[in-house]
Amino acid sequence: MEDGQDAKIVVDGLNAWYGSVQALRDVSLTILDRKVTAVIGPSGCGKSTFIRCLNRMHEVAPHTRVQGKVTLDGQDIYAPGVDPVTIRRRVGMVFQRPNPFPTMSIFDNVAAGLKLGGLAPKAYLADIVEKALRQAALWDEVKYMLKRNGTALSGGQQQRLCIARALAVEPEVLLMDEPCSALDPITTLAIEELLQELSREYTIIIVTHNMQQAARVSDKAAFLFMGEDRTGFLVEYGDTKEIFTNPKDPRTEGYITGRFG
Amino acid sequence: MRQALIKEQAQTPGKWWRRWLRWPASSGDWVFQTLTLLAALCLVGLLVAMALYLLAEAWPSVTLFGPAFLTSTAWDPVRGVFGALPAVYGTLATSAIAMIVAVPLSMGVAIFLAELAPDWLRAPASFLVEMLAAIPSVVLGLWGLFVMVPLIRDPVEQWLGGNLGFIPLFQGPPFGVGFLAGGLILTVMSLPLITAVARDSILAVPNSQREAMLALGATHWETISRAVLPYARSGIIAGVILGLGRALGETMAVTMVIGNGYQVTLQLFAPANTMASKIATEFNEASGDVYIGALVELALVLFAVTLVVNIIGRLLVYWTVSDTSTRGQ
Repeated sequence: MEDGQDAKIVVDGLNAWYGSVQALRDVSLTILDRKVTAVIGPSGCGKSTFIRCLNRMHEVAPHTRVQGKVTLDGQDIYAPGVDPVTIRRRVGMVFQRPNPFPTMSIFDNVAAGLKLGGLAPKAYLADIVEKALRQAALWDEVKYMLKRNGTALSGGQQQRLCIARALAVEPEVLLMDEPCSALDPITTLAIEELLQELSREYTIIIVTHNMQQAARVSDKAAFLFMGEDRTGFLVEYGDTKEIFTNPKDPRTEGYITGRFG
Repeated sequence: MRQALIKEQAQTPGKWWRRWLRWPASSGDWVFQTLTLLAALCLVGLLVAMALYLLAEAWPSVTLFGPAFLTSTAWDPVRGVFGALPAVYGTLATSAIAMIVAVPLSMGVAIFLAELAPDWLRAPASFLVEMLAAIPSVVLGLWGLFVMVPLIRDPVEQWLGGNLGFIPLFQGPPFGVGFLAGGLILTVMSLPLITAVARDSILAVPNSQREAMLALGATHWETISRAVLPYARSGIIAGVILGLGRALGETMAVTMVIGNGYQVTLQLFAPANTMASKIATEFNEASGDVYIGALVELALVLFAVTLVVNIIGRLLVYWTVSDTSTRGQ
């Protein structure tokens, strides 16, 4: 495929609505396997809506609608008869604000996804939890307090706990909706380093408001923008280096140089 | 903000009682403060006065029977011998039946209303549940006596006695009125309370919790049972305690369907009495210090039982909440 690399997700003519308000119009792009793709753009341009369409989380909110085609390894995830649950097992998600389960211990938070569907591999549970926490660069900080409550952690630790929780079920794709927006610069840096590590095994799509962050962590970048009608659309998609050094569209250039947005 | 205010007031110079009451140092606030303080004192005073009055009225019975009042099963106005055990047992048994039936049922209704019901059904169904709470208990009692009790007597108790009669609970003649009828009418009365509180605490669970579970690949049911209900559990327990409080103290409707027996038995079909129904039934015709004293002492016991149950409930909420924040420390 593109650059001789494998396509993981192909989005073709994606439209999304909240009630009668259209949030996304005709977005088409190809997400590459085991690369970090950044989704950038001004507030309200549909970045979050876009990634929520990739694991069928958009439809969780009431009165929402999706139109268009999204394929994951060639399988149309919106085809009739496709259970969104199976899609979400393959496409994990980390949210903007840390949302650990407050009634569960740190261990149980990470194991929560593994215990779903009644097929908890009890023997390996501890191993998988440890691996996920190591991947999320949290293991050393919590290894002696796994039975403590997840909300006892700091904000940055909670976010890494949520990343570990998403990684524990070994998804193929990890969607991250501004995962660092509530975090301090040091923790942000830790999570950015984490992304580099993770991109060896996972396809990562990250929504971010932070231009430097997008430039630092991503291989590909998609710039979404919105018109007067507040409906988001894709302006430009390409290699991050190209987007940031030699944008083709004047709107992209204006946004990344900070002239608006 | 509040902390700062408290600190400031604690350092305010003045008489000890001014500091103790957090009395405003120098402002027009004192009018408002005085009014609210008086209101608060009224409440405390009322409670203390009530307890003292009850104790004074009950005194002939308290001195005559001593602690044996609680363990005796006798209730004989002619010989002047009184004991509270069957009434205490009746209150606890009917409330237990009510909770066993009402808690699962109202959890189902609350989950349906908060998580599953289509939009057009949500508001009218919630309204109906709240209406159920507004029915006067004497009306429910009439319905219980004329509609529910015959139904309990014929299909329900006949069938249970015929098919499950080997269990002591379902032995004895099917009177219709009795523990079972009392428990079921209390179910109807506590159901809307538990449902409303449980529904509100489920609705108060942040959406991020649901999305977190869904994004892990959870089904709708897994999301509710593993993310929503655990998050809402202290509110749900509080609702159950509220319902239990109503069941323990309810008088009119229970009196009408419980059958006015006085016994400690496992047989659910047997006529019984609760503390509240016993008092309501006999207070009018009671004569003599000891008889009246025994009824008032029954009221004191009811007071104490309700208090103990509420304290246990509060502790339960406290434990489940603190459990989530300090577990494993």
